[in-house]
Amino acid sequence: MTEPAMPTASAARTAPAAEALGIYKQFGSTQALRGVDLILQPGRCLGLVGRNGAGKSTLVSILSGIYPADAGQVRFDGRPAPPLGAPGEWRRRIATVFQHSMVVPGLTVAENVFLARQPGPAGLVDWRRMRAQAQQIMADWGFRLDVSQPCGSLSVEQRQIVEIARALAAGTRCLLLDEPTAALERAAVQRLFERVRQLVSSGVAVLYISHHLEEVFEICQDAAVIRDGELVLTEPVAALSKERLVAAMVGSGEPGAASAASSRVPRAAAADARRGPAPAGLVLEHVSAAAPQGSLHDVSLEVRPGERVGVTGLLSAGVTTLARVAAGAWPYEAGTVVIDGKRLVPGRRDLALRAGVGYIPEDRQAEGFVPLLGVAENGTMTIVDWLARRLGWLRPRSRAAAMAPLARTLSIVSAGLAQPVGELSGGNQQKVTVARSIARKPRLIVAIAPTRGVDVASKSVLLAELAAMTEQSGAGLLLATDELSDLDICDRVVVLVRGEQFTEFGAPPFDREALIAATEGLAHRGRDGGQQQPDDSDGQEST
Amino acid sequence: MTDISERSRAEVEAVLQGRSRRAAAISLVREAALVPVLILLIIVGALVNPAFLTVSNFSGIGQQVSSLGVVVVGESLILLIGGLDLSLEGTYGLAPTVAAWLMVPALEYGSGAMLSPYLALVILLAVGAFIGLVNGLLIVKGRLNGFIVTLGMTIVLAGLQQGIVKGNTLFNLPAPFNYLGAKEYGQIPVSLIVTVIIFVVTGLFLRYHRTGRAIYAVGGNREAARAAGIKVDRVRIGVYVVGSLLAAVGGLMEAGRVSAVTGTQGYQEGIIFAVFAAAVIGGVSLRGGRGNMVGAASGVILLGLVQNILDLSNVSNYWIEAVDGAVILVALLLARIIGGEAAAE
Repeated sequence: MTEPAMPTASAARTAPAAEALGIYKQFGSTQALRGVDLILQPGRCLGLVGRNGAGKSTLVSILSGIYPADAGQVRFDGRPAPPLGAPGEWRRRIATVFQHSMVVPGLTVAENVFLARQPGPAGLVDWRRMRAQAQQIMADWGFRLDVSQPCGSLSVEQRQIVEIARALAAGTRCLLLDEPTAALERAAVQRLFERVRQLVSSGVAVLYISHHLEEVFEICQDAAVIRDGELVLTEPVAALSKERLVAAMVGSGEPGAASAASSRVPRAAAADARRGPAPAGLVLEHVSAAAPQGSLHDVSLEVRPGERVGVTGLLSAGVTTLARVAAGAWPYEAGTVVIDGKRLVPGRRDLALRAGVGYIPEDRQAEGFVPLLGVAENGTMTIVDWLARRLGWLRPRSRAAAMAPLARTLSIVSAGLAQPVGELSGGNQQKVTVARSIARKPRLIVAIAPTRGVDVASKSVLLAELAAMTEQSGAGLLLATDELSDLDICDRVVVLVRGEQFTEFGAPPFDREALIAATEGLAHRGRDGGQQQPDDSDGQEST
Repeated sequence: MTDISERSRAEVEAVLQGRSRRAAAISLVREAALVPVLILLIIVGALVNPAFLTVSNFSGIGQQVSSLGVVVVGESLILLIGGLDLSLEGTYGLAPTVAAWLMVPALEYGSGAMLSPYLALVILLAVGAFIGLVNGLLIVKGRLNGFIVTLGMTIVLAGLQQGIVKGNTLFNLPAPFNYLGAKEYGQIPVSLIVTVIIFVVTGLFLRYHRTGRAIYAVGGNREAARAAGIKVDRVRIGVYVVGSLLAAVGGLMEAGRVSAVTGTQGYQEGIIFAVFAAAVIGGVSLRGGRGNMVGAASGVILLGLVQNILDLSNVSNYWIEAVDGAVILVALLLARIIGGEAAAE
């Protein structure tokens, strides 16, 4: 069902691949977009950046035909967009990889890649051909993914691969990538960039949305900044500096992203704490745990009060599992996990919470919040026993009162604390999740990729807040992330490789190159660059 | 830190308050989505039969829907945690059967144990709680599918009910046993008063009690609730127990109303359809996490009115069920239209 001709027509040279003209969109009382003009030229990659809630996702949805604009027009190749009722028509013109997984878990990889466009005669599905074509796309991309396994068993990264493959399989000449690298490993990000460059040079127009400005500078020709629903800057990347880009995102009169620097002040306290005799804090000894996201084998680790320990590694290295075990969110089979001298019953999140462990889960959609419930209710879910009066009765007002200061420090933007969290933008949802975990004033915070999907400015606020929390309360922090820049707030960093402790980095600043080499299982000074290991880097247990 | 500091704080707060007030107004409209339908039904009823708009008729409706209402509360709680329980109708039949069997002499198909009616009431509640506990343990700890578990349980319970009384009806129940279902103060039946109290207390509990809020959290996103330290398994099992307990109380009301426990009470009457219909018409989501007692109550009242109007009208007995079912489907559609996307899913 691909379009017969790829980049032949001369019309494609003259007309932009996609245009959004004067787009306005309102949600309830929120004006999400106010007159946005965006033009995607064939053979160019446009990077779109903006803070959480600035309107990026709304613009993407309108460009992909998910919902209509209140005013304004979308055009493809100079012609008006098809009606919203014809999603097949839209998909032939523009393909989108969304921020949230749009994969059907019950279907196989191949079916998801060809969702609603399965090859075969007269509406029948030619399974063999479908699998072969899906396999071909995977091979082209260098992804090692068994196309006949169900998507439900895939990791976040693998699901995204399926979505990218789906967009490519549609053979469109206009591609929207909404934070495609948020859950990808470095090697996969590089592969993605190569593909994007290849696509762009073959005449495809790409809209690339990311919170990582360096990515925009790396693969985009143009950059556009959206702020409060308005496009405030559109320029070739070559003429832009990172500072100007950030300034445009944040707007005038705001302190900007500089606050992250304050958290990098070297601290003597933590170093003292490490040598101190008290066996308080979190102690993992010879912990083993089996998990689909990567198992742990005999890992020992300590987080003293006030200490900030980073854990990083490749996706299947067990980083997430380690954090989940420490938070009581996942059971362990062998070894001991001790919090402030008390042994943690495996997999008992409620006991871990009461023992003083705050938990910022990796997948906020799955574990972070209850979408139908309000901001205040979600944020105070961990402290209901504090707020409740006799016999467990509880006033909504006391929840709001407890939530208000948290919402202020984390600058959660919502239409009131009663607004269902499901209606908030992704970044604000993440902040609610963070609020929920720090509301109980934990003695240890376990955070997994807490800045994923959060814009640059909010990211530094969030990290600074986490750092300040540990500073003031003497709480420990276990930060599991593949976002190397997040590790700057840590006192030391442990690198896991295949579920085992590979190495440890002593004190900040951490050498980025060395960290990357370590996660790949290479020695500290990774000189032997010839040792590429594609077999292991995104190897997977397709059982 | 964000845009908020640019404007004056008071201004922003005023805007936010206005918004949340508007949101509250919208949610009120949703909760009251069925009120126009109910008014319409009352008008129809008044036109159909002059006997409709009388105190005694309404007291009769009240008594009739009370037992259904109590079971709907139980089912709504179970739906809110994202579960479902078909066996409530089995409990509704079996619990009063067991209790009555223990009180009635052997000559009248009882056990001959001649138990004190007060002890029998305790046993009735125990039977209800026990069934709920078994369901809850099988579904939550055994990780079995709730639909199949409670379907199987329904058949087991109905079989026990038949087996105990060999298909006979138990009459001559002692007064304390009949009190809840039959007694009236003036024209107000006790069963109605108790049902209203159960609705109000459950509604307040869901809104203002930490466990009530935990029910919404568990139903809305189980993993998020677990990550927030809520004892998810305990909440779920507890709700199954309470749901069955309420079904047993509903069965007691019905037994008292007809002064007998028939072999067909519950499963063979197929009340579970009416239970689900009332809950879903009232906006309790089958997906969990959404719904409230105001909606559930209006769903119950709607079914009661429809039934009553059909009884009073000249619709032939052979056609009553078809009309009943059709009206329920129309009510669902109306609830959906008035209540918006969220309602009746």
